[in-house]
Amino acid sequence: MIAQFWGNFLSTVFSHPLDSTLLVMACWPLVALACMLRPHSIRYVARFLFPVGALVCVAMFLLAGTFLISEHSPQVMTLPLGLPDLPFHMRLDALSAFFLLILGLAGAGISTFAAGYFRSGEGTAPGLLGLHYHLFLASMAAVMLADDAYLFMVAWETMALTSYFLVTSQHRIPEIRRAGFLYLLMAHIGAVCILLSFGVMQGGSWQFTFNAMRSASLTPFWATVAFTLALLGFGAKAGLVPMHVWLPEAHPAAPSPVSAMMSGIMLKTAIYGLLRVTFDLLHVQFWQWGVAVLALGLFSALFGAIFAGVQTDMKRLLAYSSIENVGLIFTGIGLSILFAVSNMRLFAALALAAALIHALNHSLFKSMLFLATGSVLHATRQRSLGKLGGLIRSMPWVAALALIGTLAIAGLPPLNGFVSEWLLLQSFLYTPQLPHAFINMLIPLGAASLALTVALAAYVMVKFYGVIFLGKPRETLLAQAHDANWLERIGLAWLAAGCIAIGVQPQLALHAAGKTTGMLVGQTIAPDPSVWRIAPIAPEQASYSGWIFLAVILCTIAVTFLLVRLLAHGRIRRTAPWDCGYPWQTSRMQDTAEGFGQPIRHMFGAFFRMERELPAPTDLTPRYRVHIEDRFWRALYKPIAAAVQRLADAVSFLQGGRLAIYLVFSFLTLLGLLVFVL
Amino acid sequence: MKGIAFVWQFGEVILAIALAPLFSGWIAQCRAWMQNRSAPPLTQQYRMLRKLFNKDAALAEDASRLFRTSPYVLFGTMVLAAAIIPSVVTDLPFARAADAIALIGLFATARVFQALAAMDIGTAFGTLGARREMMVGFLAEPAILMVFFNAFLLFGTTALTGLVDNYTTHPSVIDPSVVFAAIAFTMVLLAENARIPIDNPATHLELTMIHEAMVLEYSARHLALIEWASSLKLFNYACIGLALFLPWGIAIHGAHVGSVLIALSALLVKLAFCGAGLALIESVSAKLRIFRAPEFLAMAFLIAVLGLLVHLLLGANANA
Repeated sequence: MIAQFWGNFLSTVFSHPLDSTLLVMACWPLVALACMLRPHSIRYVARFLFPVGALVCVAMFLLAGTFLISEHSPQVMTLPLGLPDLPFHMRLDALSAFFLLILGLAGAGISTFAAGYFRSGEGTAPGLLGLHYHLFLASMAAVMLADDAYLFMVAWETMALTSYFLVTSQHRIPEIRRAGFLYLLMAHIGAVCILLSFGVMQGGSWQFTFNAMRSASLTPFWATVAFTLALLGFGAKAGLVPMHVWLPEAHPAAPSPVSAMMSGIMLKTAIYGLLRVTFDLLHVQFWQWGVAVLALGLFSALFGAIFAGVQTDMKRLLAYSSIENVGLIFTGIGLSILFAVSNMRLFAALALAAALIHALNHSLFKSMLFLATGSVLHATRQRSLGKLGGLIRSMPWVAALALIGTLAIAGLPPLNGFVSEWLLLQSFLYTPQLPHAFINMLIPLGAASLALTVALAAYVMVKFYGVIFLGKPRETLLAQAHDANWLERIGLAWLAAGCIAIGVQPQLALHAAGKTTGMLVGQTIAPDPSVWRIAPIAPEQASYSGWIFLAVILCTIAVTFLLVRLLAHGRIRRTAPWDCGYPWQTSRMQDTAEGFGQPIRHMFGAFFRMERELPAPTDLTPRYRVHIEDRFWRALYKPIAAAVQRLADAVSFLQGGRLAIYLVFSFLTLLGLLVFVL
Repeated sequence: MKGIAFVWQFGEVILAIALAPLFSGWIAQCRAWMQNRSAPPLTQQYRMLRKLFNKDAALAEDASRLFRTSPYVLFGTMVLAAAIIPSVVTDLPFARAADAIALIGLFATARVFQALAAMDIGTAFGTLGARREMMVGFLAEPAILMVFFNAFLLFGTTALTGLVDNYTTHPSVIDPSVVFAAIAFTMVLLAENARIPIDNPATHLELTMIHEAMVLEYSARHLALIEWASSLKLFNYACIGLALFLPWGIAIHGAHVGSVLIALSALLVKLAFCGAGLALIESVSAKLRIFRAPEFLAMAFLIAVLGLLVHLLLGANANA
């Protein structure tokens, strides 16, 4: 009887995917309101309501996943909400389902972790934090489900505002307020661009539903204008260079689960928006768009990797690494546009699948690493890499789980980061077949730049993990660091399990992305007939099997271990470290974060503006200081800020402070309007 | 048919594991001859391994589990690589697990584990070695990717077994870009395997060392596994090079005992020449300062790119 009820229930749920998705989405605002019932109780808000939010995420993940493997066509619905003649349109199709899947999968891990992470006395009251957090989740889901520009912008702005409040939850610290302001500013510049882009795309019909935009016929010029505005707007949200400056400021300022949420999920809404506009609304028209996206993506990726290499704050390092990963995703999108315009549908699907899977992977490992920094921060109260070290001994759980994330983000098989990077490199292999002379010779060099980026990412992640978790503790207090609590461990383990699952069984991710690529470029990557491996184009050209990787390595390790045990005696003598016989080792003789970044500073000096103070041999108190600055600040942002300031000064004479003059202004304005209207 | 393929697969892996120390020993012997020293016996590497396996392991007090697991992981990755690379036969069931690009990833996994293990104890030399090893890694990867890109353009596949099959069935496809690719590959091989001019395998207690600095804290069976894994890595790289540039002799399409014996003797002859060549290069060049390493590897990259452009331009001409 009960089984029958549940069977009926589930079949009803899965046969009405959009209705159930909306219901699930509506649970988040309810949880958010519930947070306000007892806003000061950390036990009620964090330990009880956040796990509920995590369950909602799991439900969202399951719904999106079943939609992706089912045969459902896109579902649409008009809600009786919004302005009188502007109702909200919702639409669930493969593209939104894929990104809802990311939201659910990563969100579940982050919310579970957050349940154990938030303590009392962290700036904002826990209730307010919970309110913003769950509204943030709901608004991201609404962005992905919106089917008209109006709802999209409302959800987009809600997302920006709630995340702003989350970033500034420690609002008593001036740097955090400044970081929050910068974030809000960039978010709004981006939002204006997106709004203008929608304005262009309605093409004079004044219909703001996406359906109208799909059928609007734009001239090539206006289509390119709309695309450029969308690229700028979504690029600003995603952290594409040169609109990346807010990322390294806002991510370290936010509490760790919020950084994880912003980096893991919110950046993906920008990817979603760009895909929606470029492929779905504008129907990819010109190969030049692809070249632009590709060039920006490759540059962002390299830029992010290089800057991550020289950071000394662990969260800033991860923020720059996010810029790198967003760059990789944009690279895939750019290639896909190029292939799609040249009507090479299969390769377009391959590149797009690589981009989508990388978005999914990034949401898993980046949120996981941000969460791990949160645990480290709570255990040690240190964010600077120079004051950490040796935590693998006092925090074995976090260290073991973070190792998985580190290997995954470094793009190593058999974990998930490798899968998407491999697919991306595979799609680069087919670029010489593009029908544009010279472009097809230049783009293979992009593959080299990609390989450099990926290898640099491995360098950066060795630095990240090695300096935090390995070696000797650089401060004496670190030995007493405590491990993460069990809710935090579950959150981290959930994300780690995702990394491993996609790594050894990449078909899962290819299947999930298949429906989306089918919708956007009209082709899916046929999975290999063998379930053990993936072969995106043809098995005799290239194939990869995570299972064989894992199985052979594990078997070899086991057999070697047994043989060594059997044949050699296993005696171990614990001694002091050898280090070429030098007995007076201290923890300060290890490489610092600055030291580890030195080769990168040396080789890629052109990217930085560096100030360095070296001690002289005669100094009694030698001091070494190095300061690294982003060139874009001086070259782009400071001039613009100065120009805005000058403009503001120039018109400030209007603000005289006398009422009579203000009344004259009002009168003149009215007069002018009357003339204009009549 | 399927079963026999697994036999060849297993045999090839065992062969690689057994031959790898011999290959390193052969290079050391050639080097000694060319430098007018009296050469160690060919079996020196095996003796060293045996000695190391029988010693007590001296482990630093605060070594973590990562430190003790890494030698096994290194050995495991190198054995997997040996299973994927067609050194004797191409009919390998495991070879489908990875194409050449995934193989780069596999070597990167080994590199990252070694670097992390080197940072574990927290000695000055360990972190220094880790940093330098990772640096050589990110410089070498673009170059070797361009080499494989070149091979893909020539033969339409990045699967090593497929490359060998296509190469030997179309011997007429000799392209000038192959020469460029071969030079670039050799340079990457030297850098990746800690050979002169990037690193000196015979050095100790020198501020210029890379590989030796990373394994300084290891002893006994852990060190033995690491040394074995590094000679296996060199062997693997040599076999990749042979598969890419001199694939003649490798048994393709339904290997039987006769063709495998021919392939085996061909492999031995090729490896002997290859080892002597490597010893020659190492004997006539001097070790570079660490900050000249980027220039060396950038040159390898540029040569590979030149090969690529030569191929594309010739192709464009042929089409025009």
